[in-house]
Amino acid sequence: MYQLLKQIVSVGIKTEAPPQTDEALRVVSQRLKQEILGMFAGSLAIRHVDAGSCNGCELEIHMLNNPYYNIEGLGIKFVASPRHADLLLVTGPVSRNMEEALKRTYDAVPEPKLVVAVGDCGCSGGIFGESYASCGRIANVIAVDVAVPGCPPTPTALMQGILTAISAAGRNHA
Amino acid sequence: MAFESLSPQLTELPGAVPAWRADASAAELPDICQVVKDQGGRLAALWGTDEQDRGEGYALNLVLAKPEGILWLKSALPVDRLQYPDLSPIFYPAQRMQRAARDLLGIDAEAADRRPWLRHAAWQETDRPLRREAAGATVYDQGGNDYAFVSVIGDGVHEIPVGPVHAGTIEPGHFRFSIVGEKVLRLEEHLGYTHKGVDKRFQGMALAEGAKLAGRVSGDSTVAYAWAFSMAAESIAGVTPPERALWLRALMLERERVANHLGDLGYLGNDGGLAFGLAQFMRLKEDVLRLNEKLFGHRYLMDRIVPGGVACDLARGGIEAIVAECGALEREVRLLKDIYDDHPGLQDRFLTCGRLTPNTASKLGVIGLAGRASSQAWDARAQAAPAPYDVLGVRMKTHKNGDVAARVIMRFDEIFESLRLIRAVTERIAPGEIALPLASAPAGRMGLGWIEGWRGESMVALDLDANGSIRSCHAHDPSWQNWPALAFAVNGNIVPDFPLINKSFNLSYSGCDL
Repeated sequence: MYQLLKQIVSVGIKTEAPPQTDEALRVVSQRLKQEILGMFAGSLAIRHVDAGSCNGCELEIHMLNNPYYNIEGLGIKFVASPRHADLLLVTGPVSRNMEEALKRTYDAVPEPKLVVAVGDCGCSGGIFGESYASCGRIANVIAVDVAVPGCPPTPTALMQGILTAISAAGRNHA
Repeated sequence: MAFESLSPQLTELPGAVPAWRADASAAELPDICQVVKDQGGRLAALWGTDEQDRGEGYALNLVLAKPEGILWLKSALPVDRLQYPDLSPIFYPAQRMQRAARDLLGIDAEAADRRPWLRHAAWQETDRPLRREAAGATVYDQGGNDYAFVSVIGDGVHEIPVGPVHAGTIEPGHFRFSIVGEKVLRLEEHLGYTHKGVDKRFQGMALAEGAKLAGRVSGDSTVAYAWAFSMAAESIAGVTPPERALWLRALMLERERVANHLGDLGYLGNDGGLAFGLAQFMRLKEDVLRLNEKLFGHRYLMDRIVPGGVACDLARGGIEAIVAECGALEREVRLLKDIYDDHPGLQDRFLTCGRLTPNTASKLGVIGLAGRASSQAWDARAQAAPAPYDVLGVRMKTHKNGDVAARVIMRFDEIFESLRLIRAVTERIAPGEIALPLASAPAGRMGLGWIEGWRGESMVALDLDANGSIRSCHAHDPSWQNWPALAFAVNGNIVPDFPLINKSFNLSYSGCDL
């Protein structure tokens, strides 16, 4: 126990400042009202869905919780059920074998809900494209709010995407 | 020669690993497999190819492995005779691979299990998406998706269905537990959810693009696959990459191993109730990834290994940074290992949990890290030893307990060994070229790539057409062999230990769903 506590103290706090939002990642203008976004800003529940990725994006999603990025420190946490989630973080491409599971997961998330598509495959189908086995990008199967490219996108880019999804800046006031 | 006692005419494949090619009739296969098995060999991969572009119907491909080398057997199946003998009585892992080949190509081992494997609802039983006449872009009419799980019947037995969408940040797959109380009587796995049509996608690609796709068969093993693919391409072209490129490849592969093992050790601590372990090991992993980014320009080293060599050289000061990192990692990991070893709660979860005995592991043909934790002494770096591992001399370790604790110890052992290898590379690497161009290879040539990634051996079998683009390519992940073993390891354990046992194997879904 002494070694363990000593290690915690000697490592210290590694957490870095979160990135700024990036409106360029937005696929559609912000649909949610200011009041709702205000609630999400302090407490956002994310359900991750791997809809057929190569598992590269999952590696970086895991890293969001390491002490450097410490996404939970921003009130953003990953939950075990879509029914507990505000936002779906979806990696792709969507394999045809996962198409129905993705749609059902999306339907299980209560409104108001947001979707962030992750990675080059999630944004465009990537190197796997569309085929007998792949539906291609996430937006071909469910509605996407924000898309984060990269192969895989860095944890910083993922945080940017998630923070952009809950930012009011992209609201279309027209 | 490893396979000289076999009857077929062997052709040696040039390249980095001792590999041979042979043709055999379907009827001869059981005898050949039995001989290889009796000599201590095993099945490394099985898949089907469409040879109609050469007027030869279809073919069943087998790769058999012995410590001294590998043999690629091709068995022609004429269009009017697509059946071949079921090889799973000899080699257990053949089962799912045979079912996958049937789903994609219609070649049939006539095994007792008639259920599909990769085919869920995206195409129907009569469709053959991997055949050459089938356009890759075809979208088939949806079939039904009512997979016939084996049901366990008895007093108080019930089922827990899990997935394909799991509770954590992991890949999709379905697990069907039959349990009584909390005790698992049977686990049945249903995978194939991430099937992306990789074999079909490879067809017609240029080598450079193929290397990128190979690097995305299983993202966590991108270095291993890119190396295996490049090795296969270099075998065909008769090119040996420059020495510096080989050193850099080994450096990258060992860094991939260290990064993955660090992450796994963190999650194993976390799943055992010690969140401290997750925070500490993920910090160390992040440090490794950041140095990758700084030195090689990519956190996971994707697309850094290319046919002919490597895509980027080590930046100035890189060697010093790596040596310094090795020292820091060695110190920190030893400290964390002491904390893990001395933590009664954690050891209580690890010890005897998810035990895979050496006997069962041997029968199932388990390989890679999970195999070595159950006395299965296979490591392609130590045995086939492609350059520069022939010079480095990997010290393979094995453990016999086969429980979660053994798979944890394997990871610690292998981190320390990888750090030793990385240091050895930094002492030997000399300035020089980092890539050679691959001259166009004669048509009809085939090449194998074979390298021990962090999870186990990654294999790529490559066949080029007359233009030098890919005629067919198949990547094989060690998870094919090891997934069935997970079901055995879980038996008799309680359901809440499943996440821990599963994590201790940490198998790839994408790698074998392809």
